[in-house]
Amino acid sequence: MEALTTWLDNQLADNSIFTLQTLGYYGEGLATTVQLVFLSLVIGLVLAVPLAIGRGAKRRWVRLPIFLYCYVFRGTPLLVQLYLIYYGVVFVEGIQDTWLWVILEKPFVPALIAFTLNTAAYTTEIFHGAIKATARGEIEAARAYGMSQWLMMRRIIIPSAFRRALPAYGNEVIFMLHASAIASVVTIMDLTGAARFVYARYYAPFEAFLFVAAIYLCLTFAILYLFRYLEKRLLAHLKPASG
Amino acid sequence: MAESPIPLEVRNITKRFGDTEVLKGLSLEARKGDVITLIGASGSGKSTFLRCMNLLEQPNEGELIVHGEPIIFKQTRHGREPADWKQVVRIRAKLSMVFQSFNLWAHMTLLENVIEAPVHVLGKPKKAAIEHARALLERVGLAAHADYYPAQMSGGQQQRGAIARALAMDPEVMLFDEPTSALDPELVGDVLKVMRDLAEEGRTMIVVTHEMAFARDVSTQVIYLHQGHVEEAGPPDQVLDNPRSERLKQFLAPKH
Repeated sequence: MEALTTWLDNQLADNSIFTLQTLGYYGEGLATTVQLVFLSLVIGLVLAVPLAIGRGAKRRWVRLPIFLYCYVFRGTPLLVQLYLIYYGVVFVEGIQDTWLWVILEKPFVPALIAFTLNTAAYTTEIFHGAIKATARGEIEAARAYGMSQWLMMRRIIIPSAFRRALPAYGNEVIFMLHASAIASVVTIMDLTGAARFVYARYYAPFEAFLFVAAIYLCLTFAILYLFRYLEKRLLAHLKPASG
Repeated sequence: MAESPIPLEVRNITKRFGDTEVLKGLSLEARKGDVITLIGASGSGKSTFLRCMNLLEQPNEGELIVHGEPIIFKQTRHGREPADWKQVVRIRAKLSMVFQSFNLWAHMTLLENVIEAPVHVLGKPKKAAIEHARALLERVGLAAHADYYPAQMSGGQQQRGAIARALAMDPEVMLFDEPTSALDPELVGDVLKVMRDLAEEGRTMIVVTHEMAFARDVSTQVIYLHQGHVEEAGPPDQVLDNPRSERLKQFLAPKH
C-alpha cells in the first residue's frame, strides 16, 4: 500500500504525459466512443425488435434470411466485419461519385454500420430467445380473451419478453462498449484511439492504457448501475412477496 | 318480446389428433343460467371439448353457435379452420375462460390483468374498466391485492383473480377448465365458493371438474364423458345419484 502511494505521488509530481492537451484527446475519445456505442445500440435495438419477431415467424422465407443474417454476424469476428465494410465499400462500382461517398469516406459511418449490424444480430437472438420463452399459458389466455396476433404481440409477448431479456441485453451493451475499442484500427479517435496516440507520442504504454482502462471501467459501472435500476423496476413482478 | 338467443350451442363436434379420435360427435346446449359440468376420467376428452368451444382447439367437424351466431369454417390445406378470424376474436370475447394453471399475465399487476382485455379487446374506456375491475376484485375477496403481481399471490388468490378477469369481459358463457385441480386442498374452498356465488346469480357456466360435491350442488346438467363420447348426461341427482352406466358407477365409486 505504501509503495503504491509513493509511486502515485512520483507519477503525479513528475507528470509530463497527462497534460491538458492529452486529457483533451481522451475527452474527445470518450465523446466519440459514447456516440458510436450509443448510436449503434439504439439503431441496433430498433432493428432487432422486428427481426426477433420475424426470426420466429411461421413462414420460411421470413425466418430463414433473418436466421442467416444473425448466423453470419455472430459467426464472424467484429473486426473482420469492420474491415469488410470500411475497406469494402471503396470497391463498390461508382460509389465515389455519389453523395453517399461524402459520409462513407470518413471512418465513423462504416464503423457505425458494422457495429449496428453486429449488435442487431446479437440482440435479435437475445429477444428471439426471450420471446420463445413466453409462458404458453399466457399466450393461450391472450388468445382465449380475444386478442389478435398483433395485439397479443404488442401487449403480452413483447413486454414480457423485453423484461426477460433485460439481464442478457445489459451484457450485450457492455460487450458493445468494449468491442468498440477496435474502432481505433480504422483511424477513429475513440477512447482506445486516444490511448494509442498518447502511447505512441510518449512511448508510455502502461500509463496510456491504464488510464483508458479506468475510463472503460467507469462507463461499465454506469451501465451496470443503469441496468440494475431497470431490472429492479421492470422485474419487480418476478420477485415473490416480501413478508 | 323476442326470446334472446341461446348463449352457446355445440353440435356434433369431432376432434382428431393424428389418427386418434378424441371427440366423437359431442353436442351441448347451454341456455341462460345453465351450469353444465363435464366429468370423466383423464383422457376422456372433457378439456379438449371445452377448448373446442372457444376454438383454442379446432374441431374437425361440427358446428358452434354463439349467441345465435354460427361460426363459419373453411377447408384449408391444414384442415378445417375458421374462415374469419375477426369473428373468432369477437366470439372468444363472449366466452371467457378460466384455466387450470390460472395463466394470469405475469408482467402485469392483478388490476392490469383484469382491465387488459376489456380495454384492449372490447375498447372499454380505461376509467370505467378500472372501476368495474375494482368492484370485481372486491367480489372475489382480492380488493387489497389489486397492485400485486401474480407471482406474489397464492394459487387460490391467482385463480380468484383469474375469475375476476373472466368476469370483467361480461361474458355470455364462462368456461372453467379444471379450475381447482392445481390448487392446494385448503385453497380449493375459496375458489369453489366464488364459483357457487356465480352460479347462484345466474351466470351461464360450463365447468370441467373433479369436484363431485360442486357438480352435485350447483349444476343444472352433468355430462359424463368416456373416451370422447357422452356416456351419460342429465340433471345431477339422476347422473350422480342414480347412474345407469357401469362405467359411471365405477367412476363415482369411492376410491381407496
